[in-house]
Amino acid sequence: MRNILPLTQRELAASFYSPIAYVVGCVFLLFTGYFFITGVLVPGNEASMRPLFAAMTGTLVFAIPLLTMRAVAEEFGSGTIETLMTAPVTDTSVILGKFFGVFVFYAALLLTTVPHLIVLLSYSDPQLGVILFGYVGMLLIGALYISVGLFASCCTRHQLLAAIIAMGILSAFTFLVDYFADFVGPRLHGVLMAVNVPAHFDDFTKGILDTKSLVFFISTTVLFLFLATKVLESKRWR
Amino acid sequence: MIQVKNLTKYYGPFLAVDNISFRVEEGEIVGFLGPNGAGKSTTLRIITCYQPATSGTVTVANHDVFTDSIEVRRHIGYLPESVPLYPEMRAREYLTFRGKLRGMDRPEREKAIQRVTERCWLGDFIDRPIGQLSKGMRQRVGLADALLHDPKILVLDEPTIGLDPTQIRETRNLIKDLARQHTVILSSHILPEVEATCQRTIIIARGRIVASGSPAELRERLAGTSRLIAEIRGPEQDVRTAVEGIEGVRKVATSLANGWNRLTIETSGNQDPREPIVALAAKRNWGLREIRFEVGSLEEYFVQITAQQHVGANAD
Repeated sequence: MRNILPLTQRELAASFYSPIAYVVGCVFLLFTGYFFITGVLVPGNEASMRPLFAAMTGTLVFAIPLLTMRAVAEEFGSGTIETLMTAPVTDTSVILGKFFGVFVFYAALLLTTVPHLIVLLSYSDPQLGVILFGYVGMLLIGALYISVGLFASCCTRHQLLAAIIAMGILSAFTFLVDYFADFVGPRLHGVLMAVNVPAHFDDFTKGILDTKSLVFFISTTVLFLFLATKVLESKRWR
Repeated sequence: MIQVKNLTKYYGPFLAVDNISFRVEEGEIVGFLGPNGAGKSTTLRIITCYQPATSGTVTVANHDVFTDSIEVRRHIGYLPESVPLYPEMRAREYLTFRGKLRGMDRPEREKAIQRVTERCWLGDFIDRPIGQLSKGMRQRVGLADALLHDPKILVLDEPTIGLDPTQIRETRNLIKDLARQHTVILSSHILPEVEATCQRTIIIARGRIVASGSPAELRERLAGTSRLIAEIRGPEQDVRTAVEGIEGVRKVATSLANGWNRLTIETSGNQDPREPIVALAAKRNWGLREIRFEVGSLEEYFVQITAQQHVGANAD
C-alpha cells in the first residue's frame, strides 16, 4: 500500500505536463468566474456560494472525464502498463494511486474558487459553516466523478472514448435521473432519487450533513474504484 | 530458478503457447529463439506475471506466478520488447519513480541509480527527457530500470532490437557480464545474437519447443546432417554409381557445373568417406578438384527446424 504515494506523485506530475489539464483548468476558471458573477454576485441575492456550487456540478460532468481519461487508457495505449503491472504493485494500488493523483489536481482547481469567496466576504457576511459544507460536497462529488472517469479509462485504450463513456455515465446520474424522476411511478421515483447526484449534493450546499448523502457519495466512489480495479485485472486475461 | 511446466496460453481461439516445459537454473543465460509470432513474448509475459497462463504452472524462485505474483515480481527485472517509458519524464525521474515503486528508500535508491547509470552508460543523458532520447538510449534506460533493484532474474525481450551494431555489441557484452550475478532469460529472433550470448538455447516455433541445448550441442545435432561436397570430372553415371558403392555413403546427388560433376553426398553416422573417394578418383583417372565437408550453420538448422514445423502445420 505504501507504493500508492509514488503513483500519486507521478499521476499528479503527468497532469501538469499534459496540455489538456491546463485547458480544463482554464475552462473551469472561466465557468466558476461566470457563475460567480451571474449567480452569486448579484445585488439582493442571498450571501452564499450555493448558486456557484450548484452550477458547477453540471460543468464537472464534462470537465472531470477530461482529467481522468488519460490516467489508465494512456498506459495501455503506450504500453507502459506492462512495466507498471510487472512491478510489485497490486492493481488496487495502481487505481488508488491514480485516483488520488487526479483528486489532488481537482482539489487544487477547487482552491482557485477561494478568491471568489474572499470577494464575497468583503461585500457581505455569509455563513461560513454552510460554505465549508459546500466545499465538502464539492470534494465528494469530485471523488465520485473521478472514480467513474477512472473506470471508463480502464475500459479502453482510446482516451477520447474513455472521456465519452465517463460523460455518458455521469450525465445519466446527473441530468437524466433528475429529469425522468418526475415522469415515473412512485416506486421508481424513489429509486431514481436515491441515485440522483444533484439531489444528494443539494443537501451539502444547504449546509445539511445528511448521512444518506454521505454514504451515497462514498459508497458509489468505492464501487466505481472497485469496478475499475476489476476491469484492469480482467485486461490481463485478454 | 525458473520452472515452467505444461504451459499453455490461448488468446481467444488462437493458441499462442502449446504445452511447453523447461527449467532455467541459477546463473544460466538462456536464449529463447524463434521466428516472429512463435510465442516467445507470451511466454516471457507469463513468467513476469503480466498475463496469466491458460493452463500449466510457472514458478520463479519457488514462488508461483499466479498465487504469489507480487513476490515473483520482486525477484524479476523485466525489459519488455517495446521498451515502454513515460516520455514526459527525465531518465533520472523515471528511475527514481521506479525505485519508489519498488519500495526503495532514498539512500538505497540513489545508490542504485548511481550503479545502473554506470552499468548502462546513462551518464550523458540521464537528465534529459525520455521523449528526446534515441531508440538505443531508451533501450538502455529500460535496461537500467530492469537492473535497478538488483534482481535475481533478468527477463529481456528482444534486448538488442533497433540498436546499431556498436550498441548491439556493447549490449551483448553487458548481458554476458550481468550473467555472473543474475540468471538471464532473453528472447530473440536473431540467431547469432543467441549464439553469442547464451549458454543454452531454447528454440520455439508455433508455440512449441522444437529444440533445446547449448549452441555446441545444437551444432552437433546438425553435424548428423552434414554433407560432403566433391567435384569430380568423369562420366556422370559412372561417377555416381562408383561413389554410391563406397562404404558410409548414403545418398548422392549430382549436378553438372562447367563439365565437372558436383556431388552432394550424404554420409551415414560419423563415417568420413573422403579418403576412399580420393582413392577412387585416382584409380579411375578422374579429375578431382574439390572435396570438403559442408558443416551447416546454426542458422540453417534454425531455418530447417522452424520450416519443418511450418510444413507440419500446413499438413494438418
